[in-house]
Amino acid sequence: MSATTPPLLTVNGLTKRFGGLVAVKDIGFRIRPGEILGLIGPNGSGKSTVMKLVMGIEKPNAGTIELDGTDIAGWPTHRIARHGVGIVFQHSRPLHRQTVLENIKLALLPDSLFKLAAEPHVEKRARAIAERVGLADVIDRRPATLPFADLRRLEMAKALARNPKVVLVDEPFAGLTAAEVATFSALIDGFRNEGRAVLLVDHNVKSVAALVDRVLAMYLGEHIAEGSADEVMSNETVRRVYIGGAIETHPRKDLDQRGGESLLDVRDLEVFYGKAQALQKVSIHVRAGEFVSVVGLNGAGKTTLFNAISGLVPYTGEIRWDGAALAGRTPASIARGGIVQCPETRELFGTMSVRENLDLGGQHLPPAERDRQLAWLLELFPILKARAGQAAGTLSGGEQQMLAIARALMMQPRLLILDEPTLGLAPVILEQLSKALARLRETTPITVLLGEQNVTFALPHADRVYVVEHARVVWEGDPGRFAAEMGTGYL
Amino acid sequence: MLRSPLFWLLVPTLLLGATAPWWLGAYYLGIFTTAYYFGVFSMSWDLLFGYAGEVNFGPTFLIGLGAYGAGLLNNAGWPIPLCLAGGSIIAVIGGVALALPALRLRGPYFGLITLVAVLLLIDCIVIFAGVTGGEIGMMVPDVLSISATVNYWYAFGFLVVCGTILFILSRSSLGLILQATGQDRIEAAALGFNVTKHKLAAFCISALFSGLAGGMLVFYQGTASVDTVVDLSITVQIIIAVVFGGRRTILGGVLGSIFLILFDELLRPLGQLNTFVVSGIALLVVLLLPDGVLGYVLRPRASR
Repeated sequence: MSATTPPLLTVNGLTKRFGGLVAVKDIGFRIRPGEILGLIGPNGSGKSTVMKLVMGIEKPNAGTIELDGTDIAGWPTHRIARHGVGIVFQHSRPLHRQTVLENIKLALLPDSLFKLAAEPHVEKRARAIAERVGLADVIDRRPATLPFADLRRLEMAKALARNPKVVLVDEPFAGLTAAEVATFSALIDGFRNEGRAVLLVDHNVKSVAALVDRVLAMYLGEHIAEGSADEVMSNETVRRVYIGGAIETHPRKDLDQRGGESLLDVRDLEVFYGKAQALQKVSIHVRAGEFVSVVGLNGAGKTTLFNAISGLVPYTGEIRWDGAALAGRTPASIARGGIVQCPETRELFGTMSVRENLDLGGQHLPPAERDRQLAWLLELFPILKARAGQAAGTLSGGEQQMLAIARALMMQPRLLILDEPTLGLAPVILEQLSKALARLRETTPITVLLGEQNVTFALPHADRVYVVEHARVVWEGDPGRFAAEMGTGYL
Repeated sequence: MLRSPLFWLLVPTLLLGATAPWWLGAYYLGIFTTAYYFGVFSMSWDLLFGYAGEVNFGPTFLIGLGAYGAGLLNNAGWPIPLCLAGGSIIAVIGGVALALPALRLRGPYFGLITLVAVLLLIDCIVIFAGVTGGEIGMMVPDVLSISATVNYWYAFGFLVVCGTILFILSRSSLGLILQATGQDRIEAAALGFNVTKHKLAAFCISALFSGLAGGMLVFYQGTASVDTVVDLSITVQIIIAVVFGGRRTILGGVLGSIFLILFDELLRPLGQLNTFVVSGIALLVVLLLPDGVLGYVLRPRASR
């Protein structure tokens, strides 16, 4: 398509606030027929909100969304759908008691209360769509019996049924194998020739680079870069957001002599979410007193790894803690055994005060011990002292993160798992958090397993680094070698 | 159709039902008559719960409106058919009133609203005891018939007609769209379906049949009272009937209703224990067959 074709979808000044949080701030883009735009950003950057605003699932506070010349901003979802926008959701929720064919037929039905039977052409069209997305062989099966990739095909088929002018695809390749990625890429590429405008929403440029014409990168609700995939990947701001700034490392000389015995030993760990494989033969180990960082982009499998260690998801493979297998123990017993996770969602008790949250963490300690621990933590995070009486839910994101870490430390863990502490935090907060972690590392014998997307944040504290990509550990080594060996390939 | 297990279950069941007056005594005919009206209550509830995904704890709000509406109109001198129509319209208006919070609230909050609606209705009936008869109940001047056999025919015919309509609706495009909205509103809207419109329609249809059945029950029993058409224990019975018979099967509710009411009678010699035993059996069925009896029989072979 030539550059003079008028755009199918024009978004201008799109803004969405949730309470005090600005999730999307003045975002604008255009997609012409036959063009594929990638919308990327780390978790919490607002990219999914943009997609929901276009689909009408959320209503924008300001801005226009023009579809073929009509402003659809603020319309109800079903009208937007009828007007020519289709969405391929990341998670499929088909009707389980109906067959694949019936599920596709559902998407072809008119929005009428009085048409009791589908018209004859519907059946033919449903079969044609099934053929097109590669579901022809399983058309009479029920969704529960299908492999994961076929469920994604079904979502694609439902979105196609309306013959949409604009197709929104949420994380097109999450959970797919390399071969399946190729077929899905071909399917999405097919939209190009049909003159549809496509918006691909994903965590990172890498996974969509081969498919997109242009990429728009977001961070904290704002537009940070736009251009070809290569331009965006080499953009300074984008690199700072994903990797952080210049990489620093602080090796500790005395550590390796102490080591040898593994405190935590994970071997050949595999985890499936339904039919999607989230971890594939992952092996890591952490020695007592070590500070180990697991870095990888959102969706690589870090959180799944931590949840398996904490006993929150079923797995195959072996996880040994202090010489004994953890299999079969409840999450509570694992936590009492000394592995405390500070999850990326923080899971604070929002209506309780800062002090109450901390007291809950120290519930099992004797009073004198608890007071000592509390005093030490308030010294480590002075801001929490000032906020002691405030409800946790009203704290800023950075303060909440510090409280979550402090609460985890109240439990006096032998191993602290920190899952993406930098999620959605502004750079200045990162620095405070970084200083607290540095003090923790230098002044206490605690063992830490840190999961991060932000390499610059993770590396200065690390004694050893694992890189997780697409459900597998792809690199292991000390942080000094990371910059040289992984620096450019990471994004 | 000939290969469907439902067909082979339905044909003998209908034959048995249609010939019942020739081999059943008046006493048991009466029990089945009541059970059939409860069957319609259950089917209407299943359309909302099983298909539209709305946990409505207030089916007796709709039934009560239909029953008392019809009863009051009859006391005002209207003939039975008009009373039934009037009662149903009142029930549908009640259904719309119930749908409004349902479209705004999610999960337990909507359930609570429906519970409160029932309590409000009971309060109104007690407060306006002058016209409604209050806690004692309201007599109606007309009854459908005084013959057990004729009453049985009315109930059986009514059940078959309502069952056919509701079953066809559930298997139609509308039923498919309702299931989609019940399972995931956002996805249904993204497929271009006006969720509000379809949910509202489900409430209206459910209210129409609930109200109509409530009215019929009143003209069968000759009285309307809180205990027989509004009380929360009736809600519990309807819910157990649907879960026992099979959620999202429509016809399962009829099976459940007949089981609950018939066994409650058959086990009467056990004295106070009868309800206990029936509840125990229902509980066992729900634990062992989470899809209900009919749901289990109709389960697709592939996933069995």
